[in-house]
Amino acid sequence: MNRSSSNNQHHWRKLKSALASGLAFTSALLVISPLALVFFYLLISGATSLNWAFFTHLPAPVGEKGGGMANAIVGTLELLGLASIVGIPVGILGGVYLAEYGSARINWGLRFVADVLNGVPSITWGVVVYGLVVLRFKSFSAYAGGLALGLMMIPLIMRTTEEVLLLVPNGYREASLALGISRWRTIVNIVMKTASKGIVTGILLALARIAGETAPLLFTAFGNHFWNRNLTEPIAALPLQIFSYAISPYDDWHRQAWAGALVLVVGIFIINLLVRVLTRERTARLI
Amino acid sequence: MPVKTMSSFEPNAQTGAATSPGVPAESPSSPAEPAFKVNNLSIWYGEKQAIKNVSIDIPAKAITAIIGPSGCGKSTFLRCLNRMHELVPRTRLEGDIHFYGEDLYGPTVDPAVVRRRVGMVFQKSNPFPTMSIEENVLVGLRLNGVRDRRFLNERLEQSLRRSALWEEVKHDLKKPGMSISGGQQQRLCIARALAVEPEVLLMDEPCSALDPIATAKIEELIRELRDKYTIVIVTHNMQQASRVSDKTAFFYVGELIEFGDTTQLFNRPSERQTEDYITGRFG
Repeated sequence: MNRSSSNNQHHWRKLKSALASGLAFTSALLVISPLALVFFYLLISGATSLNWAFFTHLPAPVGEKGGGMANAIVGTLELLGLASIVGIPVGILGGVYLAEYGSARINWGLRFVADVLNGVPSITWGVVVYGLVVLRFKSFSAYAGGLALGLMMIPLIMRTTEEVLLLVPNGYREASLALGISRWRTIVNIVMKTASKGIVTGILLALARIAGETAPLLFTAFGNHFWNRNLTEPIAALPLQIFSYAISPYDDWHRQAWAGALVLVVGIFIINLLVRVLTRERTARLI
Repeated sequence: MPVKTMSSFEPNAQTGAATSPGVPAESPSSPAEPAFKVNNLSIWYGEKQAIKNVSIDIPAKAITAIIGPSGCGKSTFLRCLNRMHELVPRTRLEGDIHFYGEDLYGPTVDPAVVRRRVGMVFQKSNPFPTMSIEENVLVGLRLNGVRDRRFLNERLEQSLRRSALWEEVKHDLKKPGMSISGGQQQRLCIARALAVEPEVLLMDEPCSALDPIATAKIEELIRELRDKYTIVIVTHNMQQASRVSDKTAFFYVGELIEFGDTTQLFNRPSERQTEDYITGRFG
């Protein structure tokens, strides 16, 4: 082989390498661009309708200008709270079982079920809760909406909790048990404490995931144009309000729907930022 | 000689946590009685037999070293002295171990109570990462329900003094346990084990991750602890065994080949395999 042909090969290899990194870079741009587009579009369409009244006022009657989504913002927070009451304890304890107790065979089954549940279309949860709760009590309610969202949280939190507990080195469990500390106290005071930031991260990610869900709320929380005074009655939620405003024929409501979407996305954005801060500290400490 | 009853391993029995501070763990034996009497012990992990029919008397208030090549079962043997080997699924044990006359594996024995009396220090120092130096030392007492602040403070200083760490950390007790050097972390782990007032300290290659200076410090500490505690130390390092221990046991592929006074075992071993190992012909 003479020198020039090996030079040619060298150039061809460099070209291939440049091509590959160029393709990867373009793909990365394609990943970022939808987020940038959504954010930009929401900002243009929604920011003009964002004012103090949007956060403090009830929706205005048809034909009247102004009004806000205060009831929907508070309603979403209430629904997230109700969902947490269901989803967080069951999810965490399930994750603890998977990571600390279960035998290999039971765990295989549990993980499989949790992964299937994670993939179940969210409207299914709404239908199930509609059948189990709404029909039985003959009323749409905040409780029913919270339950539907809480059921969605369980498999999400269970898997993240399991993963972060398994990251805790076994040496800490052994050290604790060797001090005569019981199994349960070892899990709570040593293992879960070491993994606490990871567990909180899992909870926040689950909240971010369900905060924008509309389908499970359609036949459970139902929506409400006024304040909810009683959790056994229908309650407003941002995604529901956006939905009903967006399909309405009024321009003013359309603008408010954009503003609502902007608020929702900013909220989820903030939760994710929080997760970033938490995970950065956690990896720095565990490794 | 006070005789311990069978009940002392059972839940809610008097433990180190309840004895007064400053008083070393009271051993219920005369020096002549061994701390552990091990009879025909065999241990399996699943199908694999790790310990084969081992019988040995481990003396009280003395340092016993366990040596042998990797995979010879020395860590497994150490761990069955406080039932830590049970944490591995599918283990099976035959034979028996008596601790001052009590059956360690009796049906009413609570492993947590065994481990409070038979403490352990691990190869890799493992202070709890979320806790300060002080919290690390006191965690065993606190999680077993001790709340008395004065008692805890006394035990904190006493344990850190016994592990020869007090002078180095007395102004930094609130600092994270992970913030000190590797050798200091290992002494912190020893202090943590001593704080629950065990009678025995099991050490699983406590110096293998340390530099020579930190190792020398730990060895000195082990010799100082000899008066108050029964110590069993597993080590890869034969010089270490000959430096610190009174008795040495040589294990090879799960069997106890030879057990005797350290000076005799290293100078005039009675078994050919022991001689081959300590002269470096294998292992």
